[in-house]
Amino acid sequence: MIYSLCLLLILVGLYGVVSSGQTLRIVISLAIVSHGIHLLLLLIGYREGGKSPIQDAGEAASTFAAASVDPIPQALVLTSIVISLGVTALMVALCIRLYERYGTFDVTEIRRLRG
Amino acid sequence: MLPEDHPGMGTFLKTVIRWMKGPILLFGIYIILYGHVAPGGGFGGGVVIASAFVLMTLAYGEPYTLEFFSRDQALTLACLGLLIFVGLAWAGTWAGSGVFFDNLTAGAGGHRDHLFLTALEIGSGLFVSGALFMGFSVLMGHHEEDEE
Amino acid sequence: MTEVLALLILLSVVGAIVAVVTPNLLYSVISVGAVGFLLAIAFLLLSAPDLAVVQIGVESICLVLLLRATLGREVDDGAQRPLVGVAFAVALVAGIGLFGLQVFYEFPEFGIPAMERFQDAAAATYLATGAETTGAPNIVTAVLLDFRGWDTLGEGTVLFCAVLGATAIMRRRARRKDDAS
Repeated sequence: MIYSLCLLLILVGLYGVVSSGQTLRIVISLAIVSHGIHLLLLLIGYREGGKSPIQDAGEAASTFAAASVDPIPQALVLTSIVISLGVTALMVALCIRLYERYGTFDVTEIRRLRG
Repeated sequence: MLPEDHPGMGTFLKTVIRWMKGPILLFGIYIILYGHVAPGGGFGGGVVIASAFVLMTLAYGEPYTLEFFSRDQALTLACLGLLIFVGLAWAGTWAGSGVFFDNLTAGAGGHRDHLFLTALEIGSGLFVSGALFMGFSVLMGHHEEDEE
Repeated sequence: MTEVLALLILLSVVGAIVAVVTPNLLYSVISVGAVGFLLAIAFLLLSAPDLAVVQIGVESICLVLLLRATLGREVDDGAQRPLVGVAFAVALVAGIGLFGLQVFYEFPEFGIPAMERFQDAAAATYLATGAETTGAPNIVTAVLLDFRGWDTLGEGTVLFCAVLGATAIMRRRARRKDDAS
């Protein structure tokens, strides 16, 4: 059930990308899609009642491995979050440039004013 | 002291942020240095340090912050961090068993030391803070040129 | 616990819907900021404090950037979308959603991590031996910087290229101003 909610988040972002007429709103929708994907990856690695993957001093390795959540999705999502910020900055730069050139965020206007 | 017509927020926020920016930077450095035992690490600490400069930009305006931490310095910091990261990875190759990202402190046997990971964390923290502030500053600094 | 998590995700879905359908871009930016901060709380509930730290910082910077692009500009979406376009978008998204639901039937049950389904999963090995072989009790750091260092190196390269790209896009006017002053 909780996976379906996560899928709903991704789909809402996808709808925004497909149906939106403003460049900046497409950037925002892509951010929503990436949020949904990060959440989905973490949900796959979650253990019911699991502790965070930080081993306490003196804790036996076997009991720790049986109680912790999956660390690999966390590590990969960590890099993905920082990358998504860099990519968002790049797309916002493009949007600002387009606005300066055409005076609007509307994609149909931008297409009309070509040249 | 700042002149009255300086760009930025009100006097109250400026005063609060003048007190807060040191602790925020210190907190970022703490997160980087203790990333091996506590939540955080190079990425979290780098983001916190970059957000301290973002706060300064919002409160005091672009020129004041760039005096404190210029774009060239940010780019230098990012390149330095990346060089530390790649350099340590290559150092593992040469000094260790020939594996890229070989842990240099692994030779002692038994319990391994965290120093190698801490050094890698410092590299990635410098890199992330420099690169994020660079990107942020480039986008924010464009505003004043629009007006002219 | 699961109910709280479901509530958080439901709230972020509501925020995402507001962000997508509202005609004013400023409301849209603020809604997506709310989604990001709700996600940071969800990360804390999912036992990922490392991610919560990074998500809060990244979301604040992202929000400031998006506000910077929005404020002082023409942000209202005046144009009415044609009904055919909306219907096409809904149909496309619904089709992808049906396929997605099919995929989710194959997923492990929520609460059982994927590493439990396989013998000798890499994650189990990292958890059991990570603190010993890398010296870092925080296994996320160990995976990020030691076991999967290549991934982090590639991430650094991508971030560097993205920031350099943004700088190059914004460059020309800044240089002209430097010459003038």
